[in-house]
Amino acid sequence: MQLTVWTYEGPPHVGALRIAASMKGVHYVLHAPQGDTYADLLFTMIERRRTRPPVTYTTFQARDLGKDTAELFKEACREAVERFKPQAILVGASCTAELIQDDPGGLAKALGLDVPVVPLELPSYQRKENWGAAETFYRLVRGFAGGREKPEKEEGAPASCNILGPTALGFRNRDDIVEVKKLLTSLGVDINVVAPLDASPLDLTRLPAADFNVVLYPEIAETAATWLKREFGQPIVRTVPIGVTATREFIREVAELAGIDPTEALDTDADRLSWYARSVDSNYLTGKRVFIYGDATHALAAARIAEEELGFKVCGLGTYSFNFARDITAAARHYGVEPVISDDHLDVEEAIVEAHPELVLGTQMERNTAKRLRIPCAVISAPVHVQDFPARYAPQMGFEGANVIFDSWVHPLMMGLEEHLLGMFREDFEFHDDTGASHLAAVNAAHGSGGQGVAARAEQSAFEAAAAEQTPDTIDSPDGTAARWTTEAEKELKKIPFFVRGKARRNTERFADETGVNVITIETLYDAKAHFAR
Amino acid sequence: MSRPASQTILSNTAAPCDAPAGGRQPILHQRGQHEVFCGLTSIIWLHRKMQDAFFLIVGSRTCAHLMQSAAGVMIFAEPRFATAIIEERDLSGMADLHDELDAVVARLLKRRPDIRMLVLVGSCPSEVIKLDLSRAAERLNREHAPDRRVIAYSGSGIETTFTQGEDSFLATLVEECPAAEADAAPSLVVAGSLADVVEDQFSRIFQALGIDNVAFLPTRRSDRLPAIGPNTRFLLAQPFLNEASKMLERRGATHIPALFPLGEEGTTAWLKAASDAFGVDPARFAAVTAPGRERARKALESYAETLSGKRIFFFPDSQLEPALARFLSREAGMGLTEVGSPYLHRRHLAAELDLLPEDVVLSEGQDVERQIDRCHEADPDLIVCGLGLANPFEAKGYATKWSIELVFTPIQGYEQAGDLAELFARPLRRRAALKVEV
Repeated sequence: MQLTVWTYEGPPHVGALRIAASMKGVHYVLHAPQGDTYADLLFTMIERRRTRPPVTYTTFQARDLGKDTAELFKEACREAVERFKPQAILVGASCTAELIQDDPGGLAKALGLDVPVVPLELPSYQRKENWGAAETFYRLVRGFAGGREKPEKEEGAPASCNILGPTALGFRNRDDIVEVKKLLTSLGVDINVVAPLDASPLDLTRLPAADFNVVLYPEIAETAATWLKREFGQPIVRTVPIGVTATREFIREVAELAGIDPTEALDTDADRLSWYARSVDSNYLTGKRVFIYGDATHALAAARIAEEELGFKVCGLGTYSFNFARDITAAARHYGVEPVISDDHLDVEEAIVEAHPELVLGTQMERNTAKRLRIPCAVISAPVHVQDFPARYAPQMGFEGANVIFDSWVHPLMMGLEEHLLGMFREDFEFHDDTGASHLAAVNAAHGSGGQGVAARAEQSAFEAAAAEQTPDTIDSPDGTAARWTTEAEKELKKIPFFVRGKARRNTERFADETGVNVITIETLYDAKAHFAR
Repeated sequence: MSRPASQTILSNTAAPCDAPAGGRQPILHQRGQHEVFCGLTSIIWLHRKMQDAFFLIVGSRTCAHLMQSAAGVMIFAEPRFATAIIEERDLSGMADLHDELDAVVARLLKRRPDIRMLVLVGSCPSEVIKLDLSRAAERLNREHAPDRRVIAYSGSGIETTFTQGEDSFLATLVEECPAAEADAAPSLVVAGSLADVVEDQFSRIFQALGIDNVAFLPTRRSDRLPAIGPNTRFLLAQPFLNEASKMLERRGATHIPALFPLGEEGTTAWLKAASDAFGVDPARFAAVTAPGRERARKALESYAETLSGKRIFFFPDSQLEPALARFLSREAGMGLTEVGSPYLHRRHLAAELDLLPEDVVLSEGQDVERQIDRCHEADPDLIVCGLGLANPFEAKGYATKWSIELVFTPIQGYEQAGDLAELFARPLRRRAALKVEV
C-alpha cells in the first residue's frame, strides 16, 4: 500500500478516457462502479468542454454484484452503440471492475455489434494515466492502421507528416498544435493526420500515408509511433520543440527528413525570448537556482531552457514519468544534480526544501508546495488545474511558446531593482524581504495591514520550520547545531536576501563542519562565502 | 408533461406516504448509468467539520484521483485526508494487506500527532476484495488507544451515493457515543453536518426556546461526542441520514419527524417540531422565531421576481432535492418539472412530499441518458445537476445550477433563506446580464 495525499496521475482508465474524449466517433464503454463518473468533470470543468465525454459507465452497485454484472455491461454496450452510433467502441474496466473479472473485451466481441470493438487491458494496480493513454492510442492506431498498405506517393507531392500525441486534458496541447502546424506549414510540409486530438478512427486508417511522424508528447504517442515506424518505416521526429533551441533543432530535423532547406524558417522574428534574455534587464536572472519537476518531456525541455536560454542554474530535476526515468537521470547528471524520480509529492517537497531553489517550475502540486514554502513558482506540466486551460493563446511549443515561457517564468521573480534595494536597505517597514515580490498582487495584500503582514511572516516561518523538519541533521538538530551560531552571526545571516539565505546557512554550516569550526561567527559566515565563491 | 415511450418504469410504488392524495403520479424508479459522486466525496466537508479527525481511504488510485479532482484547488497544503492505495502485490494475499495497512497507519499517525480520531474509509476495491476494515479498526484501536480512536465506515460507490457517505460516517460515530443513563435529563441531538455559522444560529435559537441540552452531530471535535439514551430525541438537519437514524434509534433515541430547515417555512416547522417535543410554550416559540421569520420573508422577497414562475428540473445528487423543491415551489413560486433524488427515504420525506404539487414527476435512482431526454422534453428554465452535466447543458442554451454547491454553502435556517434563493437566482440573473452569445 502506498500512502497518498495527492497523486500526479490518475488511474490508467482516465488515460483511456482522455483518448476517447480527444477523438471523434469513438465511444468508450467503461465497466465501473457508481461514482467513477467523477472523471467527466475533468473534461467539462477543467477543460470546460461543451459536451459530455463520450463514455458510458455501467455504474454498478453492491446489489448488482450478487447478480449478473456481465449482463449489465453487455446492456450498456448495446445501448451505447444504438444511441451514439460511434465508428468504434473502446471497452474496458476500471480498477474495481478489474477485480470482478467480467472480461469486457470478450463480452463486447460476443455481442456481434456492427462497429469495431477495441478491447483495453489496463492493469489499474500497476499502471497509471499516461500509460493508459499511450496503450489506448497504440491499440487504436494498430487496430485501424494495421494490415494496410502504405499508399504510393504522388510524383512531386510535398513531404507529409502526422502529428502524434496531443490529447484532451493535455497541458497547453490545444495551442501547441496550432503553433507546430504553423511551423510545419511554413516549411512546406503537409500535415496528414493530427491524432488523437480531433481525429476519427477513419483518420487513423490514413496514418500510413505520411512520410514521417512528429511525436509531440512521447508519454502519449511514443508506443504508437514506434509501431508505425516498424510497420510502415515512418521515421520519428523526436525533438520536442519546447524552447528556442529545441524549436530550431526541430525545424532542422523536419527539414532534413522532408528534404527542404530550413534557412527561411529559421530566419524568423517570431522569437523574442532570445533578445529578451540577452537584454541587460535579464542580467540579474543569471545563476538563479531553479528546481524543475513534471512529466519527463516538459521537465527536460524546461531544464534546457533554464540553463541555456535564460541562464538559470538547475538545482533540482525530477519526474513522475517512470518510463522516461533514464532520460531524466542522464539530464540531471549533465546539470550536476541528483534526479528525483518519484510520484510521491512528499519526496518532491523534501527535494525542493533540500535544494533551496529561488524558483520552482513544476505542476499544480509544486505550486501548492512552493506557496507553502514561499518560493516563486510557475507551472510547466500536467497535472494542472482550470487556470492552466486559459482562454488566451498560450502555447509552450515553437517560438511563440518560448515567448510565453519567458513571460510566465520570469513573472513570479522579484524584479532586479527591487532585489538590489532589498539587499541594500533591509529595514524598510514596507519593502522588506518577508513580503515577496511587490508586483504580485496576492503578496501585495500582505503590505496592506499589520495583521496580514504578520500572517505572511508566519508563513515564512513555516518555510523555516519545514526546512528544519526536513533536514534535521543540518538545521536545528537536537545536538544543538542551531546554537552553534552566535547571535551576531545569526543577525548577519538575516541581512542576506531571503531567497538565498537558506543556501547561505547551509553552506556556512557545511564549511564549519569541514573545517572543524564549532561556533559560527560573522567571520565564519564570510569565510564560507569566500570559500564557496571559488 | 408527457413521457416518452422509451421510458422505463420498473415498479410503481404505492406505499401510503408515497402518494398522499390521489393525483400524485407514481414515483419513477430508474436503473442505468448514474451520473453521481460516490460517498467518499463527503470527506471533503467532513474533514473540515471534525477538526481532530483524519480520514484514510483504503482504495485505489481512482479514489485518490477522485478526491483531488473533486476537492479542486486545495489552498491548504495538507488536508486531513489521504488514500492508502492498494497495489498489485497487496492483491496477492489478504494477511499481507492488513500488515500493509498497519504500516501506513503507523506512518500517518507519526506524521500527524495532532490527530485524535482516525477514520478508515472503505471504497469499492476494498469492499469487493472484502477487506474487513471494521476488524482492522478494532485491531488498530487496541494498538493506539487511548490517545487515538480508530473507526471505520464505507464510502464506496457501490454502497453509497455522495451525501450517503456522511450517513454511514455518522452511523459509525453514533456507535462511538457514550450511553446516557435511563434517568438522564432530556437531550436533543441535531444530526447532519451544518456550516459552523448555521450551527451557532440554531444553538442560540434552541437556547432562547429553553432547550438547553443540545448537541450537533458530527461534533467539531471527536472527544466531545454526546451521550445517547432513551431520553435523547433527535432532529435531522439533513435528509440523507437513513443509517444514522436507525443507529440513533437502536441506541434508544427517538426521532422527531419534521420538514428540513430550508427556507422560512421549513425552518419554522423544524424548530416547531423540536419545541413541541420539548414542551415549549407556543407563545414563547412565536416570540423567539418571529424576528427570524420576518427577516427570512423579507430576504426572499428580492428574489421573487427572478424565480417566480420559472420551471426547474432536478437531477439526482444529494437527496436534498425534494426539500429544495418544496422550498422553491412554496416560497419562491417556482414551477417543478421533475424532482430526481438518488434515494427517496419515504419516512423522513413524508412531510416534504405532502407539500409538493401533485403534478411533479418524482424520480428515484437514475438512467442518465433517459433522464436527459426527459429534461429536454420538459424544457425547464433552470436545471439542477452535477458538474459533469452542467456545462454541456449550458452549451445547449439551458441555465443550470450545479448541485454540489448546495452541500458546500450555508443554506439552512432563517438567516440563510435569502442566500439559498440567491443560489438559484444567480444563474438566471447572470444569463440575463451576459450579452455574449455561445
